[in-house]
Amino acid sequence: MSAPHPRPPRRIAVPHDARGLSRREFLRRVGAGIVMLLPASWPGAHAQSPQRLYPEDFNAYLSIGRDGRVTVYSGKIEMGQDVVTSQAQLVAEELGVALERIEMVLGDTDRCPWDMGTFGSLTIRMFGPALRAAAAQARATLLDLAAARLGVGTGELQASGGVVRVRAASERAVSYGELARGARIAHVVDAKAALKAATEMSVMGRSPARLDALEKVTGAAKFTADLRLPGMMCARLLRPPVHGARLLEVDVSAAQALPGVRVVREDDLVAVLHRDPQAAADALARVRARWSAPSSPLDADNVHEHLRGVLVDAKTIAEQGDVTAARAASPRRFAAAMRKGYVAHAPIETHAALAQWRDGKLTVWASTQTPFPTRDAIAARLRLDRAAVRVITPWVGGGFGGKSESAQAIEAARLAVATGAPVQVARTREEEFFFDTFDPACVVTIDAGLDAAGRIAYWDYAVYAAGERGAAPIYDLAHQRIRAYGRSAYEIDPSAPSVHPFAVGPWRAPGANMNVYARESQIDVLAQAAGVDPVAFRLAHLGDERMRRVLRTAAASFGWQPAAGPSGRGVGVAIATDAGSCVAACAEVTVDRTSGRVSVRRITCAQDMGLVVNPDGARRQIEGALTMGLGYALGEELRFRGGDILDRNFDRYRLPRFSDVPRIDAVLVPNDTLAPQGGGEPAITVTGAVLANAVYDAIGVPQRRLPMTPERVLGSLAAR
Amino acid sequence: MNESQSFTVNGRAVEVQGHEAGSLLGALRDELGLTGAKPGCGIGACGACTVQLDGRTVRACRTTLAQVSGRHVLTVEGLAQADRLHPLQQAFIDHGALQCGYCTPAMLVTAHALLAETPHPTREQIVARMNGVLCRCGAHLRIIAAIESVAQRSTGNP
Repeated sequence: MSAPHPRPPRRIAVPHDARGLSRREFLRRVGAGIVMLLPASWPGAHAQSPQRLYPEDFNAYLSIGRDGRVTVYSGKIEMGQDVVTSQAQLVAEELGVALERIEMVLGDTDRCPWDMGTFGSLTIRMFGPALRAAAAQARATLLDLAAARLGVGTGELQASGGVVRVRAASERAVSYGELARGARIAHVVDAKAALKAATEMSVMGRSPARLDALEKVTGAAKFTADLRLPGMMCARLLRPPVHGARLLEVDVSAAQALPGVRVVREDDLVAVLHRDPQAAADALARVRARWSAPSSPLDADNVHEHLRGVLVDAKTIAEQGDVTAARAASPRRFAAAMRKGYVAHAPIETHAALAQWRDGKLTVWASTQTPFPTRDAIAARLRLDRAAVRVITPWVGGGFGGKSESAQAIEAARLAVATGAPVQVARTREEEFFFDTFDPACVVTIDAGLDAAGRIAYWDYAVYAAGERGAAPIYDLAHQRIRAYGRSAYEIDPSAPSVHPFAVGPWRAPGANMNVYARESQIDVLAQAAGVDPVAFRLAHLGDERMRRVLRTAAASFGWQPAAGPSGRGVGVAIATDAGSCVAACAEVTVDRTSGRVSVRRITCAQDMGLVVNPDGARRQIEGALTMGLGYALGEELRFRGGDILDRNFDRYRLPRFSDVPRIDAVLVPNDTLAPQGGGEPAITVTGAVLANAVYDAIGVPQRRLPMTPERVLGSLAAR
Repeated sequence: MNESQSFTVNGRAVEVQGHEAGSLLGALRDELGLTGAKPGCGIGACGACTVQLDGRTVRACRTTLAQVSGRHVLTVEGLAQADRLHPLQQAFIDHGALQCGYCTPAMLVTAHALLAETPHPTREQIVARMNGVLCRCGAHLRIIAAIESVAQRSTGNP
């Protein structure tokens, strides 16, 4: 061991830890001005944590300063979905200020109230209404103040551009900044604040340039691994060769002998640190370790059988009618089992963290989707009070669910405390693949049949390991049963190797990609058997008017020509509901029958996501979701054997590239009377489904396994 | 054995301490404070660290200091002139050609090299050239549109 390290203190006493700050103390810190507090009880605001540092009765706020600038404090983080802009739009609209006057503070646990994390297409859908209400009530408060100041009734006033004016005499005006100057007002927002109608809006419903665009095109934008602190050391950690391996012996003497190297050994953690990252890597190469050598028998081809064997407890998601009787009466029955492999998140920014331990306070900058849970995990691991830990989230270089887990932040924190120096932990790409919480391999079985009239007579559905998202009934069927085996796909499951051979966790629209693919491809099998066009077959079983309208819009925009499948044209359709939105896609593919290669020509995707805050931003999310979805549909599947991750870099694990991306037409179906719904995930849920159905239409063979690699497509042709 | 290497970065002469086998990416990020070029894979497979060396794109993670000695490096930080964005940068903003922004510097530097060599590329040429830089968010179509808009503008045609 190197020089003795300062030990983490047992516990640092911070008043009000468990209870949070008192309201008075909080307001003293915030200072003068007008502050809008969002109650924690706000529907959907997701503040159900008993462990906040802020007053317990609110979970977000905005403040109006003396200079008229508005600061919005949100626990959400920005990883590409452009909530930095859309949240600002909500506030600008309801408050009546220019977008440029708003500063967003995101994902800083000392400055932003508690938030569970950024995932599930929840930011605008669930957090948005609360933010809008806060801004609307702030505006009402400003009108009250202005009425008193100007000696008129609030009804005679109008507020816009950060100024309150007398309608009849617009020279009589007072700015928000002036009103805030003398004020020390804290309002708890209630549901009474009147929100603007869509027809009154001038900021929402527009597509301003991203607020982070300028710094991202100039290279000025700082991601976690771009941060440097004086005296910062770069850490490389000793990692197991395969999952399940345990460290038996380690010899760090050769590494320790190198100049400038520090070694930390603490329980399961063995790290070498150096000012220079390359020197740290060189030192790690000199660490000699002996590991236990467990051997998992699982691989990408036998894991599905394993999953069906170990997942025996089912949860019933839906049950209607009498499936057994309907099955017995059905003249035409179709059973199928569909499979999908493990898929990596593979953000281009690997997990990174920088930790600084100074004066009893641990500050951790982390690329994470969950700053608050990560703070709590760090505090628990280091036996610190939560108030002694601050997590700051710089721009995040892609997350997709994979940065819900942030072990690198804990590692950096432990090393900073152990060494007393600022420590950076930035995963290599190999570590990123090895420690990913993969989208799980999964299986769906469907037993379904037609009645004599060619309608769906019964539907018996079971999903293994994907979870239930996307499995709920979407078609109106008299006799159906839907069961889910195994964990929810939202949970991070580190239970290797009992169920999965390594960790799995949420991956963009967790579980829905599999459930929608399985359901929609079996629907096409039934439609073909019934001799009915797939769009018409869906409409014949679909009661929900909103979904029907979205499907019709997608078909019309695509130029869908009705025909019973398989038509040989290579066209497909799929629908889903996800995150409160309705989505439908049509696609056209060509299949090379010699190589098995699928080329996607175009995808049209229609989406009803309620009121659209930022139309171009919404289209970008649809385009991005479809593009990312090409991967799990056509090529991405992790290879592994004996607990070893065989694909550890982009030379072997192939992401969709420019040459893979087809023409995409993203169509927003207007629905301004419905509050904004989810936008980041819905379109990815139909990508696998619509491409599987298009391949089916092209070659006449249903595709029962994702991804549809050339070998599998050829195999399906040969097995026909 | 430490030594120093001299080259220019974005038109400025620099001298960095470092072994000639050290990577250009490390020198840019750790010594020169230019963090626009990003680490992504360490093997030259993702393109996130792309910079230009005498006008040609290279993977900074796989480029040694010996290789750049006496030569000219251009990074994303060198695209804007004073406060004026390069037309590609403006086009990326206007076309929404970025999401998380992590690959954006590499996309810009690659597109910049493409247009310098081929001012009016076909769509196929754009795709072929950009194909080496990975984007996980799926901004590809916007990036192509942004590059096309700059290429078209320079023809004088609408």
